[in-house]
Amino acid sequence: MPESLRDSVIELSGVGRRFGTDPPLDALIDVDLTIKRGQWIAIVGPSGSGKSTLLNVLGCLDRQTSGTFLFDGVDVAALNDRQLAGLRSRGIGFVFQSFHLMAHRSVIENVMLADVYRRNTWSGRRERAAAALEQVGLGHRMEFLPTKLSGGERQRVAIARAVMGAPSVLLCDEPTGNLDSVTTASILDLFDGLNQQGLTVVMITHESDVAARAHRSVRMVDGRLTESA
Amino acid sequence: MMSFKRGPSDPNPLVAPSGLTAKDLGNEALAGLFARPGRMVLTVFGTVIGIAALVATLGLSLTAGNRILGRFDELAATEIVVSVKPGPNGPIPGALPWDAADRIARLNGVVAAGNLSVVDVKGVLTRTSQVRDPSGQTAFSLTVEAASPGLFQAIRSELRSGRLPDEGHSARGDRVAVLGPGAALRLGIADVTQQPAIAIGDNRYVVIGILNDVARQPDALGAIIIPEGTARNDFALSGPDKVVIETKIGAATLIAQQAPLALRPDDPAVIKVAAPPEPKRVKDNVQGDLDVLFLLLGGVSLLVGAIGIANVTLVSVIERTGEIGLRRAIGASRWHIAQQFLLESAAMGFVGGIVGASLGTLVVISVSFYQTWTPVMEPAIPLIAPLVGAVIGLVSGLYPALRAARLEPVDALRSGT
Repeated sequence: MPESLRDSVIELSGVGRRFGTDPPLDALIDVDLTIKRGQWIAIVGPSGSGKSTLLNVLGCLDRQTSGTFLFDGVDVAALNDRQLAGLRSRGIGFVFQSFHLMAHRSVIENVMLADVYRRNTWSGRRERAAAALEQVGLGHRMEFLPTKLSGGERQRVAIARAVMGAPSVLLCDEPTGNLDSVTTASILDLFDGLNQQGLTVVMITHESDVAARAHRSVRMVDGRLTESA
Repeated sequence: MMSFKRGPSDPNPLVAPSGLTAKDLGNEALAGLFARPGRMVLTVFGTVIGIAALVATLGLSLTAGNRILGRFDELAATEIVVSVKPGPNGPIPGALPWDAADRIARLNGVVAAGNLSVVDVKGVLTRTSQVRDPSGQTAFSLTVEAASPGLFQAIRSELRSGRLPDEGHSARGDRVAVLGPGAALRLGIADVTQQPAIAIGDNRYVVIGILNDVARQPDALGAIIIPEGTARNDFALSGPDKVVIETKIGAATLIAQQAPLALRPDDPAVIKVAAPPEPKRVKDNVQGDLDVLFLLLGGVSLLVGAIGIANVTLVSVIERTGEIGLRRAIGASRWHIAQQFLLESAAMGFVGGIVGASLGTLVVISVSFYQTWTPVMEPAIPLIAPLVGAVIGLVSGLYPALRAARLEPVDALRSGT
């Protein structure tokens, strides 16, 4: 089994997430999901199906209440909060629907933020941020403020921030939800390119045509996960 | 091209805790502050006023205390007059030795000392010539004083013309006199170049000098002053009435203790000493009532400033919820979030302390300049003030930082921007 363990970046088995409301709410029920390294997977489903809860568990922002979750072979349940924060910092690149860029800091400074909680020195930080921006095609916008950029460009900055530390997984929450169709296509092309360089991409979306670009698609319905393609 | 393939030789760094270097922490906090510079300036304002009020109060009370000490320094704090306590049958003649001034002058801390006595002339009048002028007064009843040579320095006399008598005049009993300006005016003598003479009773005296002013013993202004030896010969002066002493600054208390022993080692209790009050006591009295009100005002402003910092930091936490969520997602722990907000509020307090201490110092200097006082300041105060400001900022930031640290990243990320 160790060989296959190394191949899978994410391995959920029997994962459940129960919220302690009264009555208790089961947002995730017995989820089994294995994501191989280098895969591009889309998680689709209607709102309220448990997509966001699954994203939070996958992103180590929340913990499952039952089952096991191995991230890159590490049992997440065994980590304390600070180790979990370290895992987020190094293992996961987040891309959000609303970009989450800091309006008063330049594009390259926004990208450099990715390094802040990694205890890295400043030497080479700007160069690595510049390389990440070149990779998303924004090498000419480094000193701009995000407010001067279009929506597609802002999302590219966010993607550059997410990939700067070479994470194990790029975790995207409705990455094209705020973009028009042309921009959406170009962002999906970018994901395609990053995926071909070996990056594992997990994308949560409710748009089926966006999900269709991924190599694999799974569907959440009422907290349960089913393979859909 | 970047690669996202993890090599087999990579140590697995995933489980290492996230971290935040001091440089990154400082950079993030400063960037957070300067994102809204106008708001930062307004927030700091309360602390500035509070610290400025405290520094100005402490500085001004020190300055005012120094000013009062300074006024005493001028004359009174350096003056001692030694005389004899009256016995049961009135003044005791000859209780002070003839060399009293010399004995006092030998004490360390004495600048000048001189004997001064009022001469009993038995009612004889003083006049300038033998001519009897029926239309005007030619003879006056004037005070005659006997002085040892050191007296003129001890009372800080200024000469208008002529010279002062010396040891020789006194030793030989020369009939010379110095006139106070009032006496000179009444006798009609304005100048000593013609060697004018006056007659006290039947004895004639050469006027060798006219005084312009004296700083002490103003009786001398209207008197005729003759050498002590001359007074012994002509008027049977039995001993000095008093010794006038000028001391160095700060020596008055000591000299006042030593003088009776120096003059009458056999019976020091007979000597009466008039010395200035302890200058320190004067200073303490003045300082007490000045401070309290202003210190209270400064404290209230500081409190208001602290509440302002707390308030604005709290608003900023709420506004930056999305940023906090992002930071948590990219690896910040709760403690990292708290650290950043604490540092931001402490930095505001620190800057407020620096600006406030500078303003307070300027106030002390301006008021001193306007009042022509010498500004006095405890040098530690402007150095401590920024630290006080930083602590106030830190305390103000505690609650907002706690709120920020408690935010759930999931909720924070959903709240937009």
